[in-house]
Amino acid sequence: MAALLQLEDVSKNFGPVVALRDVSLSIDEAEAVGLIGDNGAGKSTLVKILSGVYAPTSGRLRLDGQTVDFHSPLDARRSGIEMIYQDLALCNDLDVSANIFLGRELRRRFGLVSLLDRVGMAAETARILDELGISITPDREVGSLSGGERQMVAVARALQFQPRLLLMDEPTAALSAEKIRVLLALVDGLKNRGVSVLLISHRFTDILHVCDRIVVVRQGAIVGEVQPHAQPPEHTMALMHALMTGDRTPDA
Amino acid sequence: MSQESAGPEAVPTPTAIASGPRARLSAAMERRLGGVNPGLLVALVVRFIGLSIFSPYFFASQNLLNIGRAMAIVGIASVGETIVIISGGFDLSVGSVMAASGMISAFLIGAGVPLPAAFAASIGVGIGVGLLNGAIIGYARINPLITTLATLSIVRGLSYVLSGGREIVVDNETWVNFGTDTFLFIPYIVLVLLATFLVAGLAMPRTLFGRYAYAIGSSARASRLAGVAVNRWRLAFYVSCAGLAAVAGLVAVSRIGYAQPSANAGIELDVITAVILGGASLNGGRGTILGTLVGIALIGVINNGLTLVGVPAYWQLVVKGSILLAAVVYDELRRARQDES
Repeated sequence: MAALLQLEDVSKNFGPVVALRDVSLSIDEAEAVGLIGDNGAGKSTLVKILSGVYAPTSGRLRLDGQTVDFHSPLDARRSGIEMIYQDLALCNDLDVSANIFLGRELRRRFGLVSLLDRVGMAAETARILDELGISITPDREVGSLSGGERQMVAVARALQFQPRLLLMDEPTAALSAEKIRVLLALVDGLKNRGVSVLLISHRFTDILHVCDRIVVVRQGAIVGEVQPHAQPPEHTMALMHALMTGDRTPDA
Repeated sequence: MSQESAGPEAVPTPTAIASGPRARLSAAMERRLGGVNPGLLVALVVRFIGLSIFSPYFFASQNLLNIGRAMAIVGIASVGETIVIISGGFDLSVGSVMAASGMISAFLIGAGVPLPAAFAASIGVGIGVGLLNGAIIGYARINPLITTLATLSIVRGLSYVLSGGREIVVDNETWVNFGTDTFLFIPYIVLVLLATFLVAGLAMPRTLFGRYAYAIGSSARASRLAGVAVNRWRLAFYVSCAGLAAVAGLVAVSRIGYAQPSANAGIELDVITAVILGGASLNGGRGTILGTLVGIALIGVINNGLTLVGVPAYWQLVVKGSILLAAVVYDELRRARQDES
């Protein structure tokens, strides 16, 4: 499979503080990659570089093999990288349909005035949710939804930008075990549609089964990579734990 | 006894936020009424009946027309304030803008400028104040209370400067007649109010302007991340508010026939109370134009009723302030309960 996004020797300093050191990482098309590390390991700095919030101090980003510079989150979005924040960044007072179309509202012209096409947006929202297997009605107020449902709305919303890579920051943090399964099934579905997913988490057990690879970050550097399906789960667990805590170098 | 006559039943009581089926029913009613809380409507009806019994003058048509005219002026300004509050903002400067608007037109007409040009100048100045408010709040990220408190003072001060503090009597027939004339027994002033409410009430749920007022009020960050030009839309909201305040100021002058720099001082109390009673949330993201119309009616009835029943003017301020406090506390309790569930 072709590499969608590559980081080459990316470092990021904040003054004298080295947040990331020579990080190289490649994400293939339609691949789900986990990014694991303790708080402060450098996960969020890495994600902010991918989503265009920070520019790297040194190193390169390549998209389809071409070097790219992101100066803002908008640049990243235009390149097909969509971010779902941990707090989901939804408007709780608006309904599902209004949230999904926020910033890209459908409108109809009536002479001089341009009005929202509320019926059209609701119908389109129903279709999108149905396609993703999400059973939420478009006119529900987002604030009245459960954590899992809100997560689904955020995913559905992100997909409207037709991303090639979806970054999900701590997607399982607010979810029950059952809702995590639903979410992961959704991620699996995204892979089938050719969308790559980077799942950022500090709890690797949540995302173990859905990821093709799990990359472990510690103290600003990538310390190892685990392929969860290559060995029995308990072995994977032990390996990941060792990598995260730095107890020993991995055998692999 | 004055407090009692105006007090408790005018305020949505805590029972309205009880849990269980009743709360669900109340929430369902609220949705159907477009965000107006049902307790408010009940309060309005109770008030109306109560006052008509207390005073033989209440239902007299002349009295109703008076309420209508007085409240229309507050009402026009309240529409703009509703938009700003829905968008998560706040505008204290409406009373000052109203006074400045009236003074500018009265001054220009006195100097021989034709009426349409004078009105355009007044509304233009209103728009300018709105731009200033919106720019400072949006781009410089200054708290809206402080920003509009400052412009309240600046604009009021300039109104005094314009005439050296004196009032200006308006001798333009068209303008003054507008304040007293009626169409099919409905004062022109009230027609302006109804037109404003109709346009805003239809536009808020149906246009990008309205949609973004709710979205930005609900979460400015989420809106920004979605690509909404938050600061530019904030300008639009503050401009609508100040622009409508300028119109309200012109209407206010037509009612009394002269402009004075001290006009409409303190009117922001009525305006903001009406908006909050109408169900808009100070936290932004919630509120409707229809709700504000009900809020206006309620304030009008309270103002007028307190006078008819003989409550001294000083006590009226106490009562109105208490109502505002009760309304915001109620809103906060309701929100807290929603967050729990």
